[in-house]
Amino acid sequence: MESYALLLAATLNAGTVLAIASLGLLINEKVGIVNLGAEGMMLCAAIAGFATVVTTGNDWLGFAAGMAIGAVLAGIFGLLVIWLNTNQYATGLALTLFGTGFSAFVGTSFVQAKIPERASYAIPGLADIPWIGPALFRHHPLVYITVLLALALIWFMYRTRSGLVMRSVGESPESAHALGYPVRRIRLLAVVAGGALCGLAGAYLSVIYTPLWVEGMVAGKGWIALALTTFATWRPARVLLGAYLFGGVTMLQFHLQSIGVDVPSQFLSMLPYVATIVVLALISRNPQWIRVNMPTSLGKPFYPGA
Amino acid sequence: MFKLEARPEPSRVWTYASPLLALLITVIIGTLMFIALGKDPLKGLEMFFWQPIHNAYSLGELMVKATPLLIIALGLALCFRSNVWNIGAEGQYIIGAIFAGGVALLADAHTSRWIVLPILLAGVLGGMLWASLTALLRDRFHANEILVSLMLVYVAVQVLSYLVGGPWKDPMGFNFPQTKTFEAVTRIPRLFDGSRVSIGVLLALASVAGLWVFLFRTRAGFALQVGGLAPAAARYAGFSSRKALWLALLLSGGAAGLAGALEVAGPIGQLTIYVPAGYGFAAIIVAYVGRLHPVGMVFSAILMSMFYIGGEMAQSRLGLTKSLTGVFQGLLLFSLLACDTLVNYRLKWQKTGAR
Repeated sequence: MESYALLLAATLNAGTVLAIASLGLLINEKVGIVNLGAEGMMLCAAIAGFATVVTTGNDWLGFAAGMAIGAVLAGIFGLLVIWLNTNQYATGLALTLFGTGFSAFVGTSFVQAKIPERASYAIPGLADIPWIGPALFRHHPLVYITVLLALALIWFMYRTRSGLVMRSVGESPESAHALGYPVRRIRLLAVVAGGALCGLAGAYLSVIYTPLWVEGMVAGKGWIALALTTFATWRPARVLLGAYLFGGVTMLQFHLQSIGVDVPSQFLSMLPYVATIVVLALISRNPQWIRVNMPTSLGKPFYPGA
Repeated sequence: MFKLEARPEPSRVWTYASPLLALLITVIIGTLMFIALGKDPLKGLEMFFWQPIHNAYSLGELMVKATPLLIIALGLALCFRSNVWNIGAEGQYIIGAIFAGGVALLADAHTSRWIVLPILLAGVLGGMLWASLTALLRDRFHANEILVSLMLVYVAVQVLSYLVGGPWKDPMGFNFPQTKTFEAVTRIPRLFDGSRVSIGVLLALASVAGLWVFLFRTRAGFALQVGGLAPAAARYAGFSSRKALWLALLLSGGAAGLAGALEVAGPIGQLTIYVPAGYGFAAIIVAYVGRLHPVGMVFSAILMSMFYIGGEMAQSRLGLTKSLTGVFQGLLLFSLLACDTLVNYRLKWQKTGAR
């Protein structure tokens, strides 16, 4: 029984990494831009965050460093894609390839480093409730902040004027431009915000979730986060749900191993990736359904007056 | 601020000049990086641009690395030209290597030299099989091929890890996750003594010619490219986008699989968890820098191969990490994409900031 509480706790923890990144990518895609560089941004942010925490001992500085590097990389990506009209897919891939190399290059001296011991994050009172306490109330604050972030995003996107403008840029950049909105500036802002969140996810991964630095440690989570936006049909609440679901699949492999299921560990390690493929296929099965929800200008360049 | 003005037609000059400018930018940033690291930038540049070509042996090694890159890139160019975003070549390469390795493991000391043929065919078949999963999911379920092909890379890595750590593990291998070394007869024939260059180079060059003929001289190649450039026009002309999808994925998967076979039955000589070397991803850059043109890719494959060798040199001689290779590759693709803007646009100075 107690082990299931821990499984749930681990699921929330693993889901948080995916949720933060995927919410960022959602913002990105809502204005019509696909950033395939998520994996690369997360890797660079993971080493930046880890290195910062190892040197300063402050988690929040680490998160800030991760967000900053994510924002800078996304900014470069955004300038290329939005102002120079480069192909979104190719530019995103370039970012991932660069980020993979760059993070490994910068990270060599931190491979053996350890993060200073820290106190556990129990919420006084609540954490002592049997079963529920260990499952829900002993998490890093960022786990709860992520839920708030999703709520804030829902409010922003569907209840504010700026949110409406943002969505209209993704649906029809031409009309938004004709109405006098600075389409490219809005797109760049969204891309940078998305990058900052991917960065936060990367930093959370190396500072809280794993806490260590290994080359290529993001291991496809950036890509899974990208798939989650499709899975969620570009809805923040469903992104959150999907992220925890996938966090659960990731944790299931360790759980199955610990209860002695006799399957080679490699097959269990495949689970999250296979699950992503299966879910993508199931969701995409009805193209009509995807098309209704997808931001209309997704992946298409817009250059005013060109 | 600057404004881009669309050119009436793509600039021929910039089509060729842009990769060179991109290389120059990469070199400049690389030089700055060496200075920032406190290393002699001239030494660094020497590792990347002189060491790989300074004698016959190095030139051979350059060809050894360029071969798989070129073969994979040729297939990917076909995909990208038809607007099919196969970025899982690394996975197709791994499965190709596994299939080829499986056949190679069947050989014993008495096996005929001709076993090399089934080994190569098995590699092609493996790559095709892996790519067909992506094609099937795209075709039947409209699943995004970028994400599917990429997820399949991670699955392929696990399949390899399972085989070399389980059923195919070398019993005499001190528990290392690797198969036994393949019999000598399975080795891809080499071209010269004293160099590791194999007939793979000839296969790669034959593929260059093959792709050129297919793209520019056949109806199927034409249909495939029209589908990529103008899907509506292609439909109107009666070209099937489904056929193009399958053709592009099967051919590129087969090419990646062939590259995998050439590597395991060539320089590597056994299956280990170190078979995936990132060639599948680097080939994406090769394809782009080579303008998706068969001949252009020969040059970019050699360039990318220099980056690989330079990275290894920088590791052994300057004490830097091999991942420097990836940094340079990514930088090159970035700069190229930016410079390519000049092919289709003119830069114009405009006083009022246009949004």
